[in-house]
Amino acid sequence: MESKKTSLFNLHQKHGAKFVEFAGYQMPIQYKDGIIQEHKFTRTKSGIFDVSHMGQLFIFGKEDLTESLEKIFPLDLKKINLNQSKYSFLMNDKAGIYDDLIITRIKDGYLIILNAACKDQDFKIIKEKLNNKYDMNLNENLSLIAIQGPDAKNVLEKIIPNSNKLKFMNGDNFNFEDTKIYITRSGYTGEDGFEVSINNQKAERFVELLLENGSNLIGLGARDTLRLEAGLCLYGNDIDIKTSPIEANLKWAISKNRIESNYPGSSIIKDQINEGVKRLRVGIKPETRVIAREETKIFNDENQEIGKITSGTFGPSVECSIAMGYVENNYSSLNTKIFLEVRGKRVPANICNLPFYKKNHVKGEINV
Amino acid sequence: MSEFKFSKEHEWIKLEGEVATIGITKNATEMLGDIVFVELPEKGLNVEKDGTVGVIESTKAASDVYTPVSGEVVDINKSIVDDASKINTDPEGNSWLFKLKIKDKSELDSLMNKEEYDKFAKESAS
Repeated sequence: MESKKTSLFNLHQKHGAKFVEFAGYQMPIQYKDGIIQEHKFTRTKSGIFDVSHMGQLFIFGKEDLTESLEKIFPLDLKKINLNQSKYSFLMNDKAGIYDDLIITRIKDGYLIILNAACKDQDFKIIKEKLNNKYDMNLNENLSLIAIQGPDAKNVLEKIIPNSNKLKFMNGDNFNFEDTKIYITRSGYTGEDGFEVSINNQKAERFVELLLENGSNLIGLGARDTLRLEAGLCLYGNDIDIKTSPIEANLKWAISKNRIESNYPGSSIIKDQINEGVKRLRVGIKPETRVIAREETKIFNDENQEIGKITSGTFGPSVECSIAMGYVENNYSSLNTKIFLEVRGKRVPANICNLPFYKKNHVKGEINV
Repeated sequence: MSEFKFSKEHEWIKLEGEVATIGITKNATEMLGDIVFVELPEKGLNVEKDGTVGVIESTKAASDVYTPVSGEVVDINKSIVDDASKINTDPEGNSWLFKLKIKDKSELDSLMNKEEYDKFAKESAS
């Protein structure tokens, strides 16, 4: 099957992108500046990410849609306001994760942002669970553009007035040159930022304006180092069909008053919350600059294998080797010493807090 | 760069007397991307032509470092061990990897010259 291109493909090419195939799409892994510069630019200024390969699933329906979706997602959807977003999961009956997602309540329905590699399967699963009762549309006519970083709000405000009034994990409709666009204040980099859902025909023009206002294009390479520094999971690495949200240390995303109710995997989630889990996702810092990549085996000081790394890289902002992985529960507490097997050698490492990188949020005006 | 020879593993070698200086090519650094970590052989180690002697980690992946000729490691470049990103900025100059007292000068004969390497690099990129 020939790989797909997003509406920004030509623009990526023009800006010197190196492409990789990702989930069936030709996506930019990096541009001329390289991963480290792109990463730092996002942390200090603002970066533009083409995430159009991700699924934008619209579900429309009457009153009972919310109730039907609560049978699928472990969320208190009745309490979500119009234009409010929540992070959640699509799970199987064993609480294994089919996909992680962001669901936003929109007028007459919901918008769900899905991972590119999972979106077609997700569509089928959700459609079946909803008994084909609602109007569902995995919209391929829309691009999705993220703008992230401390300058994101100022750059976007110049193009879309009042967009900086959006609160975190909230969205709204805006106009861009006579086209309706939908913006949420969200992202996956650990920075303040926005995700903009925009018609394919308008996407390139919109990004050109972001570029003119001082933002830069950032590839998937830096997206990965940014999200890992922020302690965020990559589907397929850190979470998958064999991990539950509780094992993944994502209990916060399960609505408290849904723990007793029914959704796929609910009884297992409940048991895991009450009785604990055998393994947990943790942050890991190697003591040297060696990078422990995914599949690296983790040992205790008695040479017993106790887990595996699921993501590992060099963190350009924290300037050290960082990783996430699963360890047996009794090795998951902070500062526990573990050993990583990299190229036949044991590298000492420590369990650490997530995220690796924490923003210094500046709230309000500073009086000089 | 006429005195430089090149291997298919994208290493360059420069011979001065009995001592060869070895590094990776600019082309190699462009393929690797941002280099963040390097592991080099111990001084005094005897290495065999085409053997693995170290590792270079970039933000993308880990790549083995090979030696294009046999010999004894007589020096390693400490400055790049401390700051591996220097390999990206000056791979064919100050950011050499290691020096060998070579065993058999004739091993260099099988290596490519600059022109041959440029052609090889271009072909292997496509």
